[in-house]
Amino acid sequence: MRMDCLLAGVGGQGTVLASRLIAQTAMELGFEAHTSEVIGMAQRGGSVTSQVRLGGENIAPMIPRGFADLLIGFEPAESARNFTYLKPGGTVVVNTNPIKPVTSSLGQGYALDEILAWLRRQAGHCIFVDGGVLCTAVGSGKVLNVIMLGVLVRENLLPFTKEQILTTMLVHVPERYRKLNEKAFTVGYAYKNINGGIL
Amino acid sequence: MAKKKLLMGNEAIAFGAIRAGVDVVTGYPGTPSTEVLETIAKHRPSDVYVEWSINEKVAMEVAAGASCAGARTLVTMKQVGLNVASDPLMSLAYIGVKGGMVVLVADDPGPISSQTEQDTRHFAQYAHLPIFDPESPEDAYLLIGEAFQYSEKYHTPVIFRPTTQICHACASIVLEDYADKHSIEGFVKDKKWVIFPRLSYENHIRIIKQERLLADVFSEFSYNRLAGDMKATYGIISNGVSSAYLREVLKDTKDRVRTLSIATPHPFPEKLAVRFLDGLTDVLAIEELDPVLEEALLKICGKYHLNVRIHGRLTDETNIAGANRYENVREAIDHFIGRAPGVRKPCEVMPQLPIRPPVLCAGCPHRASFYSVKLAMQRTKQKAIFTGDIGCYTLGNAKPLDMVDTCLCMGADITMAQGLHRADGSVKQIAFIGDSTFFHTGISGIINAVYNETDITVIVLDNATTAMTGHQPHPGTGLTMMGNSHEKIYIDKVLAGCNVKCIKKANPLHLEEAISMVEAAVAYKGVSVVIFEEPCIGLRKPRPMPYVDAEQCIGCQHCIKEIGCPAISSVENDQVVIDSNLCYGCGLCSQICPVGAVGGAEE
Repeated sequence: MRMDCLLAGVGGQGTVLASRLIAQTAMELGFEAHTSEVIGMAQRGGSVTSQVRLGGENIAPMIPRGFADLLIGFEPAESARNFTYLKPGGTVVVNTNPIKPVTSSLGQGYALDEILAWLRRQAGHCIFVDGGVLCTAVGSGKVLNVIMLGVLVRENLLPFTKEQILTTMLVHVPERYRKLNEKAFTVGYAYKNINGGIL
Repeated sequence: MAKKKLLMGNEAIAFGAIRAGVDVVTGYPGTPSTEVLETIAKHRPSDVYVEWSINEKVAMEVAAGASCAGARTLVTMKQVGLNVASDPLMSLAYIGVKGGMVVLVADDPGPISSQTEQDTRHFAQYAHLPIFDPESPEDAYLLIGEAFQYSEKYHTPVIFRPTTQICHACASIVLEDYADKHSIEGFVKDKKWVIFPRLSYENHIRIIKQERLLADVFSEFSYNRLAGDMKATYGIISNGVSSAYLREVLKDTKDRVRTLSIATPHPFPEKLAVRFLDGLTDVLAIEELDPVLEEALLKICGKYHLNVRIHGRLTDETNIAGANRYENVREAIDHFIGRAPGVRKPCEVMPQLPIRPPVLCAGCPHRASFYSVKLAMQRTKQKAIFTGDIGCYTLGNAKPLDMVDTCLCMGADITMAQGLHRADGSVKQIAFIGDSTFFHTGISGIINAVYNETDITVIVLDNATTAMTGHQPHPGTGLTMMGNSHEKIYIDKVLAGCNVKCIKKANPLHLEEAISMVEAAVAYKGVSVVIFEEPCIGLRKPRPMPYVDAEQCIGCQHCIKEIGCPAISSVENDQVVIDSNLCYGCGLCSQICPVGAVGGAEE
């Protein structure tokens, strides 16, 4: 099995934990796993990506443009910014709630509807996730990463089951956050695909 | 029992150093090197000593001392840190070591988080020291052990040089339980430890001879890999992460070429390179930063009169700057082979995307510090130049704060301000320095300013941690990497000891008080300092969020335009909202709202 996933978002959204959980679960099932994340200055509220490459030995850290099987977009504009990494006909799962940078508040604007419509037109398969509503359902704004994992597993987009990734989470998430993350996963897993629906 | 773990390159290096029997580990935080020392501190056997030193020069010298007593030592830093530590390193190359000493210097092609794209391989050549380049986290785990062995065997410090894409990449790595055991003999008095001109002449001859010997030894080193098609007339030489991209490209293109992957760029494995070049007509060099491999091959072609064309940076066939990726490696190989580049179907024109540079976090005390200085200078109608430094607070240069006019290197805010003052005494000079940077190289600048009777104001942004690199302790915190807690070294006491007569302290989140302290300090003729004390938000829980009263908000967006907090954004009618997920309740916005619409923490 070979699979490349690109996670795109904003520093602070938890893309690093999400990519590590995907890689860790795959590794425990016997796959080779490689990841690469943005750490340091660029991380402070800036655009970030995490790369997850499953299967294949001695593989390079970064996914080539046009090769990713799956684009996991934590934020609409960041999903569009990294869209060219997706292979033709690849799948995009995107949180539809924007994080407006200060530059956009200072007058640059944010064309949310245009960006979402563009993503829908470009992607082979596109799933919109209303992260805001789901975070409210969980009762925390900081669990979008695990909600997204729930959606991905439910849609069979990752090479493991709900039980397998929950086992990894039990081991790798600090005890005090476990209940919250399990709830977030469950909410994501129960989410109904609104592709072609609401937006 | 061996176990497989998902490890970051820096963690793999740390476990590799423990496996190699390291005794003493020193360093100064710097992206992308920081996690090596942190991982050793977390997983160290009880007899391993670990410290964050106050700067890289100190770290290098502490390790040198331990090493000449027979301890195995590791020093960690980023590439620009080696500039600070170059003085002890250059001399240590002559003096040599007893216990294996590995100097880990992480290079940052891109650069992702650095001032320069300098190439540490040159430093190794310049200092006549062996250097090891890992090509993956898996490789790094074992290669660091080789570095220790070579260092101890040849009594020389050895540089180990991972790059960002190795340091911050994760791979599944099989960890062995094995740790190399050895005993520390202790320091044995001998004239060889005292650097003197006569001794240095002899040592110079010794290290050049050893350099030649190592070039031969490295020609047989198993990590220098000659592979591919031995009948091919085209060859590709590479190192580090570029070798991983090269492998991936060749898997896709199925090009029949000969490859040479170099783990020891210095001393360059000359005999191996001659075997590689034998029968080739053309070679492409794929490397990041400077054309070190390319120049080594050119030299060999000249020396041996080989008729091989060398392609790469010097022929403008590869990138001049930046990190390598699959795409540009592929492009260079397509061009080298003479194949038309693959064309990607262009996608529909993308809607305009907001630019998203890194910013100071919501609630960051630096925002309030910068803003109070800005207001103080506006109110007193004084012109000022704001010299900045290395840390999160470099981000104070972004609009709307726009409060960093210069940034050069660690500690240079205080010293550049002095030069600016000498050039134009009519403008106020205000220097910004963080607490960790103050201890790193700030103090010498303070002493220079006091000694030479300069008129500058220094703002110390004391957030009680080394924030940018991920919250490392420093002397001002009193915490050590051995888990001890002792009395802090107080910045105001250090300043008083340096004869600074005007020292003010304030909490930057109390805006009016902060402004008046800055006004008083700037009015003082001579060296004045304001210490702004408020911990980084990474060290505290969020406070209650201020509440925007929609009845009162007049939509002037003063809060957005003045402080640029990422938690505040505008909605309909230009009114503002605060994002409860981002707000840390610093309260700065409630203090600047002209109509008092932001205030009263939400119950």
